[in-house]
Amino acid sequence: MATTTAGPAAGVALDLPRSAGRVTFTGALRSEFTKIRSVRSTYWALLAMFVVVVGFGALACLGAAHGPHGPDFDPARQSLAGLYIGQLIIGVLGVLVISSEYSTGMIRTTLTTNPHRGLMIAAKGVVFAAVALVTSLITAFTAFFVGQAIMSSDHISTTIGSPNVLRAVIGGALFLTACGVLSFGLGLLIRHSAGGIGAMVGLLFVVTILVNFLPQSWQNHVDKWIPALAGGQVWMARAMPPGNTPMYGPWPSFAILCGYAAIAVAAGVIFFRKRDA
Amino acid sequence: MIEAEGLSKRYGDTLAVDNLTFSVAPGKITGFLGPNGAGKTTTMRLILGLDRPTAGRVTIDGKPFEQTDQPMRRVGALLDAKAVHGGRSAYNHLLCLAQSNNLPRRRVDEVVTLVGLAEVARKRSKGFSLGMGQRLGIAAALLGDPQILMFDEPVNGLDPEGILWIRNLMKALAAEGRTVFVSSHLMSEMENTADHLLVIGRGKLIADCTVEEFIAANSQQTVRVRTPQPDLLAKLVTAAGAGVREGGDGSIVITGLDPGQVGDLAYDNQVRLHELAPVHASLEQAFMELTAASVQFHAGVPEQPALAGGVA
Repeated sequence: MATTTAGPAAGVALDLPRSAGRVTFTGALRSEFTKIRSVRSTYWALLAMFVVVVGFGALACLGAAHGPHGPDFDPARQSLAGLYIGQLIIGVLGVLVISSEYSTGMIRTTLTTNPHRGLMIAAKGVVFAAVALVTSLITAFTAFFVGQAIMSSDHISTTIGSPNVLRAVIGGALFLTACGVLSFGLGLLIRHSAGGIGAMVGLLFVVTILVNFLPQSWQNHVDKWIPALAGGQVWMARAMPPGNTPMYGPWPSFAILCGYAAIAVAAGVIFFRKRDA
Repeated sequence: MIEAEGLSKRYGDTLAVDNLTFSVAPGKITGFLGPNGAGKTTTMRLILGLDRPTAGRVTIDGKPFEQTDQPMRRVGALLDAKAVHGGRSAYNHLLCLAQSNNLPRRRVDEVVTLVGLAEVARKRSKGFSLGMGQRLGIAAALLGDPQILMFDEPVNGLDPEGILWIRNLMKALAAEGRTVFVSSHLMSEMENTADHLLVIGRGKLIADCTVEEFIAANSQQTVRVRTPQPDLLAKLVTAAGAGVREGGDGSIVITGLDPGQVGDLAYDNQVRLHELAPVHASLEQAFMELTAASVQFHAGVPEQPALAGGVA
């Protein structure tokens, strides 16, 4: 390793007025963006989400193109079927973005260089949400167009201009982002990668499966409040036909998912500001 | 200037920091000494706002650290060199810290060169040796050209060259009028570096003085003697009001008399001496004697003979 040839303190002095070097929200945003773009796990998670959502959507469309489908067939939703897995991948990233600060000890360095916890965590949340939204939009649109291209041979595809389709595709991206933000809140509360991911999978996936085993009369009341089921309404271009479990409309349902995310983030922030780091 | 007033921190049943009141002044190196588990790291975490005090308060230049809007220009801290994301390059690690305080990007290059990490700055810090990690932590602490520097056990695990480098760096920083607050459980290290000492044991402040005052106040003069008539000499010395104990290797150790007095006593009573040597009290010894009562984890092996008097 190279050693310094100059005197030990040479160069310590910073050529800036003493008033420079203040903590600001913009600075915190830049800092958090540098953090998220400078670790490989970010790229792996986002790439995995893209590949899985697009790939699984393509498979589902291939199946639909060669199989039977009823009058209620929703080609937009079919091409977005990969979101069922995509929500878990963005969820893992949402947990890791904060839990990795704890597992590596980086949080102590972060907070000794910027002790304004509220500002710091807000910047981290905003940067993660923005990265998640941009990637999710690219993913959802790609999955949609790839899926429709596959189904067009069978003349069951739809177009982005058809009623509710654009809303469903953008809704799919918003759904992924909201799942990510919910997971970020869980990570902030639990501060542990394995624990946070476990809680996320439980809330988004396991609960969704378990409600299937409830009596139908219960499901009629419960399903509309289950995070992933409620959030799933916003990426459907056609409402479920009568006879299915009743749900709220796309946007109110999406608001329910956002409500869960808001509760997780708010609780996380309250504890984050109080607890010893 | 760091000022603590009645600072206490309790974790469950353990009172890690117990009613500490002290101040750390600029322009010198203040050593923060204590055995392992004495509360040094907790105190530093309280100063930096990582932990909230159970009672009391601690301020930096009159304000709690969380309220300063120029954290990195005020304080540079190295608490734990491993507190980095190993998957991030050294350069990006320092860059994200600099950006949070709106410090210019060129500053990252400056500190990287300063600590001698320029060649490996683009590598992930996961592969860094202990010494390189320590240098990275120091680079982060120096980014904001801070008035106050805090180092928690900075020489732990470093090779002699690294120790010398950190020692010189701390001296240079203090000479520039900065506040340097450094913790250690290595007394010998502080003897060579610190100007002022804060000693704690079991969370309590035991001493707040200069290094010289600390040694003078906390150690007794001892004399090592070798003689074919140890029993006779021991009797004489005890009669003179001094203490005697076995030196372990056939010698005896006398406390409370200086070498001249021991020599005269032996001559007057015709006791043959084969060796007569003053044992200089080191900071290490003074520290052991002072904190003996407050050491939290006693090792299950006998103490060194030379220290037995102080520890028993």
